[in-house]
Amino acid sequence: MPLERSQLAESSAEPGQPQPYLWRMNFGPQHPAMHTTLRLILTLDGERIVDAVPDIGYLHCGFEKLGESLDYNQYVVVTDRMNYLSSPANNVAWHEAVERLLGIQPPRRCQYLRVIAAELARISDHLLCIGAMGLDTGAYTHFMYAFNPRERIYDIFEALCGARFTTSYTRVGGLCRDASPKAIQMIRDFCRDFPKVLRDIHLLMDRNRIFVDRTKGIGVLSKEEAINRGCSGPVARASGVTRDLRKDEPYLCYRDFDFQVCCATEGDCFARYRVRLAEMEESLKIIQQAIENLPSGPVNLDPGYRIVLPEKQAVYQTIEGLITHFEILMPNRGFRAPCEEIYVATEAPNGELGFYIVGQGNYVAYRARCRPPSFIHYGLMPHLIRGHMISDIVAVLGSLNIIAGELDR
Amino acid sequence: MELQGLIESLQRDFPSLSWSEFRGQVRAWVSRDRLFPLLKTLKEQHGFDMLADITCVDYLYYQEKKPARFGLVYVLTNTQTNQRLVVRTFLDEPDLVAPSATPLWEAANWLEREVWDMFGIRFAGHPDLRRILLPEDFASHPLRKDYPLQGLGERNNFPIIRRAES
Amino acid sequence: MALEMPDNVLITKLDAIANWCRKYSLWPMPFATACCGIELMATGASRNDIARFGAEVFRFSPRQADLMIVAGRVPIKMMPVLQRIWLQMHEPKWCISMGACASTGGVFDTYAVVQGIDRFIPVDIYVPGCPPRPEQLIQAIVDLQEKIQREGTVMGREFEAPERQKPPLALRPEGRAGLPGLIAAPPPEQQP
Repeated sequence: MPLERSQLAESSAEPGQPQPYLWRMNFGPQHPAMHTTLRLILTLDGERIVDAVPDIGYLHCGFEKLGESLDYNQYVVVTDRMNYLSSPANNVAWHEAVERLLGIQPPRRCQYLRVIAAELARISDHLLCIGAMGLDTGAYTHFMYAFNPRERIYDIFEALCGARFTTSYTRVGGLCRDASPKAIQMIRDFCRDFPKVLRDIHLLMDRNRIFVDRTKGIGVLSKEEAINRGCSGPVARASGVTRDLRKDEPYLCYRDFDFQVCCATEGDCFARYRVRLAEMEESLKIIQQAIENLPSGPVNLDPGYRIVLPEKQAVYQTIEGLITHFEILMPNRGFRAPCEEIYVATEAPNGELGFYIVGQGNYVAYRARCRPPSFIHYGLMPHLIRGHMISDIVAVLGSLNIIAGELDR
Repeated sequence: MELQGLIESLQRDFPSLSWSEFRGQVRAWVSRDRLFPLLKTLKEQHGFDMLADITCVDYLYYQEKKPARFGLVYVLTNTQTNQRLVVRTFLDEPDLVAPSATPLWEAANWLEREVWDMFGIRFAGHPDLRRILLPEDFASHPLRKDYPLQGLGERNNFPIIRRAES
Repeated sequence: MALEMPDNVLITKLDAIANWCRKYSLWPMPFATACCGIELMATGASRNDIARFGAEVFRFSPRQADLMIVAGRVPIKMMPVLQRIWLQMHEPKWCISMGACASTGGVFDTYAVVQGIDRFIPVDIYVPGCPPRPEQLIQAIVDLQEKIQREGTVMGREFEAPERQKPPLALRPEGRAGLPGLIAAPPPEQQP
């Protein structure tokens, strides 16, 4: 049982005076349980955590500064490396924001393919999160079970866009390429086989005594706290916040699909695990609906908009295509974003992934701010682990799914 | 209530408030001294219970003329009605201090630390205003427009370990 | 001296047998910071099983490891940590720089990213790619094994090799008289 905060307050005789039995420990940034480069400076009473001070920035690479010198299509490469467990979801979020700024909407087929890629990314992200959570709480086999279907998702991404990991799938007003029949068949096969994986995970973990004991009642987050601290995504939904941007601020073509928002009320690590598992089932439903109703037609905007490059055949064989291609690539003749600012958020696997873009009348953003969910969620850590044991840190950390690339940017 | 109507009703209490709309997103401008009362009113009376983001834009080389160099951005969200409101305020050098929103939202804590780290804007009343992403001994604020992308040589400033020494 | 040897005795060099032992028991320490770390996990996971090459014992403690795999970009805040961990590892030790970011900085030519870890710590193998596929990492490990087999010595002399090549002696401050073509070195700096 975690200590109550009042007990902790009583135990310190004089506020401000260091207690002789309180000691400090450094946790991270290179630590077996810290999957990424996170650091906590813990104040401990025996093995109980009295206070924790997170120290981040060990992976700060200046993404936002880089966004001010790369154009709207080039920056998608950098968004891949934000939440690297689910690159397509970040690509979709970035170009959703850019397209909202430009005031265009991609064609239906492109929207459907983006939804498929984003939902596959969500499954992949949740699989690794659940797997790593099992790994940290002592279930190595579970990690292998969760990692195996990720390899199949990588294969699908490879068939969709040529890269298995850092996809750079989207372009402004389209995609880097259309989905081939083989890729669609691979997605169908995945939809057919994936329920078995989910069943395996349920059987392995749901009633696993060690896992349940280590996650139930650990790191409880109340609904009010979750809203006040800006949580979103599965972390907020596990605390009873019924908020899902796919439903609440529908973007792309999420209105077309029948799916549910998965919530829990307990707000502990086990609830977050259950919410992620349930979300994978809903994502699978969305993928099945999208792949069966995939519209025909072009994936890119009409070249007349002067935004997407024309087909290679048109470039090589017609003079109009060649001129269009050339003009779009010229810095002063390509598309121009208005001198305006917009905040657009999408539902990434970890939560609300927002981009605040300031256009400056040309092809480069003046400011490309990213609102990462992990940054907000890691700020919760001291609140969630206060009063728990050291070994509970890994369970909380695994359930929050902190990705350092997104945390530090 | 529609956001436009809400803002017009608030203009009685906040004479400096003005608003604009772009692609369905409502932005409200307010002067810095009325920023905290406005945020408090919005949170406590109008249900904007979630602070999604705080960020800042440095308009040093911006094409359009802006009233000041730095513009703070607060993205507020109403989790009941799913409305979003962007609250803006401008700050100019040398007085780069804004009121901290941490008494209202815990989420503001780290977001304000990041703005301080990247832009050098201080938040009065913040409990723990330290650098968050960059090392403590970093001298500049890198997202300002007058800081070069490649930096001022911080990335080359380490001892070299050779094979025989290690 | 005629010595009767049974068939199951082989004669080899001590270096060769030590290298053979070392190369098949590499214990990597994953210094996984970013995206490449996930591919490193994929290399260790079930499809690309790194255990087939004798390098599956991931040790997160630098004192128990002899191969550091730096996977991912290394920002300025991380570089002191990386150097400290490298110094904590025991000889013999090797380093693989996995991915474009660790090798050169990659796409992140920004103020915060070290442009290649080989500027500040020694690196044995570079793996290109952003991120490299697991097959590439396995190839890097196989290459490293070959390097160990070919160059390693029991006493670790190969690590000292560049240092044994002493730099040429500096000219005397006054220059060497009588030798044409040599320019006199500048006088020693005045001490304030």
